[in-house]
Amino acid sequence: MGRIEQTIRGALLMDFWSAFGLGMKYFFAKKATLNYPFEKGPLSPRFRGQHALRRYANGEERCIACKLCEAICPAQAITIEAEPREDGSRRTTRYDIDMTKCIYCGYCQEACPVDAIVEGPNFEFAVETREELYYDKAKLLANGDRWEREIAKNLELDAPYR
Amino acid sequence: MLATLAFWAFSGVLIASAFMVVIARNPVRSVLFLILAFFSAAGLFVLLGAEFLAMLLIVVYVGAVAVLFLFVVMMLDVNFTELKQGFLSYLPLGAIVALILAGELVMIAMTWQTSPQAEALRAAATPEGMSNLEALGLILYNDYIYFFQTSGLVLLVAMIGAIVLTLRHKSGVKRQSVTAQVGRRREEAIEMLDIKPGQGIGE
Amino acid sequence: MADFITQFGIWGGLGMAVLQILGFTIVLLIALAFLLLMDRKVWAAVQMRKGPNVVGAFGLLQSFADFFKFVFKEIVIPAGVDRPLYILAPLLTLVLAFATWAVVPVAPGWVISDLNVGLLYLFAMSSLGVYGIIIGGWASNSKFPFLAALRSAAQMVSYEVSIGFVIVTVLLFAGSMNLTVIVEAQSGGFWNWNVLAGRALFEDGWPMFLVMIPMTVIFFISALAETNRPPFDLAEAESELVAGYQTEYSSTPYLLFMIGEYLNIVLMCAMTTILFFGGWNSPIELDTTAWPYLASHLWYFFWFAIKVVFFFFMFAMVKALVPRYRYDQLMRLGWKIFLPTSLAAVALVGAYIVFGAQG
Repeated sequence: MGRIEQTIRGALLMDFWSAFGLGMKYFFAKKATLNYPFEKGPLSPRFRGQHALRRYANGEERCIACKLCEAICPAQAITIEAEPREDGSRRTTRYDIDMTKCIYCGYCQEACPVDAIVEGPNFEFAVETREELYYDKAKLLANGDRWEREIAKNLELDAPYR
Repeated sequence: MLATLAFWAFSGVLIASAFMVVIARNPVRSVLFLILAFFSAAGLFVLLGAEFLAMLLIVVYVGAVAVLFLFVVMMLDVNFTELKQGFLSYLPLGAIVALILAGELVMIAMTWQTSPQAEALRAAATPEGMSNLEALGLILYNDYIYFFQTSGLVLLVAMIGAIVLTLRHKSGVKRQSVTAQVGRRREEAIEMLDIKPGQGIGE
Repeated sequence: MADFITQFGIWGGLGMAVLQILGFTIVLLIALAFLLLMDRKVWAAVQMRKGPNVVGAFGLLQSFADFFKFVFKEIVIPAGVDRPLYILAPLLTLVLAFATWAVVPVAPGWVISDLNVGLLYLFAMSSLGVYGIIIGGWASNSKFPFLAALRSAAQMVSYEVSIGFVIVTVLLFAGSMNLTVIVEAQSGGFWNWNVLAGRALFEDGWPMFLVMIPMTVIFFISALAETNRPPFDLAEAESELVAGYQTEYSSTPYLLFMIGEYLNIVLMCAMTTILFFGGWNSPIELDTTAWPYLASHLWYFFWFAIKVVFFFFMFAMVKALVPRYRYDQLMRLGWKIFLPTSLAAVALVGAYIVFGAQG
């Protein structure tokens, strides 16, 4: 391109005007922004969010204290203690997850033979203190009760690929 | 009354800041006090009715020259407290010189005589019905145009001299050509290729 | 002010002046709050975002929320800074930015001080703006702010030169440095605005718009450089210098810097309007002599405001579109392109005034 043409283009701000046109095109385009707390993006059924301990339909907790999740956890975030219950079944007496250690890899739910520990679709569990992120069994079971419908749906949707 | 008040305020600040220019320990602060002094002087000009000169003082000295002063002073890596350590030992000598100078100034002031014409000129600095910008322009570009042009030439020579002294064209140095960089177009810079899977670019 | 003093006595005159300044300041600050929001909204829209939209309807109150956030934060003064200068720098920026507005006429007669050398005063005050940055950068006693101070000093001094010459062309057209006179010289319709210089074309047959349109563009671009706006924001280039001269500033001092900077931007928009786009004149002149005082003045003010907002929009668009200049490119543009061009324009306009203009 000749110097003269370049000079003319520069003097007329041609590059700027083409950029301006493009800018105005996107100025009126549909915005990509979501109004986050009110609108949310789609989540995959495999999304790995906050942990939950599930129950059977009759209210019995699924976890049989096999400790596979504790063994596989790469961040060693899970602590389990277990002893036989009065009726002789093997259950946990303690099931803690340190959410500050957890890396949300999902190995615990892969390892679980009874689909007891799962990572649910909830990702909004920010809290103000560190202590609140040390989840115990009661908290995890409560999570399970609260998110059971979504978790069951996700497991069902993901089942064909497992 | 307001004008008198403003005069004393401006001149007070001017002298105080001029004093601070000399005694400030930090050279950057010295320059900043110098700027304050320029500013107060501009204020005095406004009080005199020479608003054009005032603005010129601010634009040229405060806005440009002092910025360059600051530039230089900030870049200096000299320990000025060390430099000023011998200050007190030179004080007697300095005081004597200052006293002699002050005495001479007083003598000059006492024997000063103003010619009547100068007095009249001072009283009629600005012709009636004319801003002092126009008055200044008329004098500068009508009566003194040759001097004006000559002083411009002197400055031009100085500028060319500075450029000649500093501009060097080393051979073998790769230089950036901003024109070429800015003039690059999309067609020259980007090549769209359709690469088939497994074939690579083919070179 | 002089007429106030004759009307109300010294203290009454002073009171009136203070009231005027106060009114101007408040209107300016509130307008600034919404212009700031507009800046962010425009920037967001070009990037297909929504921008602030939570505080108040459409985020209209966002700037006020930000204001309170800044004001209630703790003022952190780092160890090792030059305390007096560190505090002085943002104050200086803000005060100078406000002081400049004293001579800006927003409608016929609506100006705090109708200075004879108003244009020069504007120029002088805006050239002082560099001190806030230099002092702030130096007093911070930190590497990045210092580099930013040096950069912006060189940048602003360079672009002042071309701004000065562009101003001279306007000055030659109007024959006065009084901003009110400059605006009035452009009355009579949009073709008479300095950017088109219609009088020169229709009355004298000189196509001066060929000179004045480039001058307008040069002025606008120099204004971007003078206010450290992108693409010339080398003094606060976040990818190179963290936040430039503002790096060590937080809370209210930072807010003062910010307000000062935006005031200067709006001022540059106002200057573009006054110098090239007819100030308060409407594009098609209406006869407003029979209108009530307030109605006619608000009509003129409306046109002034709308032009300023338009140029502010252009400032925002440039910020959104143009990538940052490299330092040597910046200097080349200022010294090798703008300076010769504006110098030539001064000669051309001078030639027109001497040989072409009637009377």
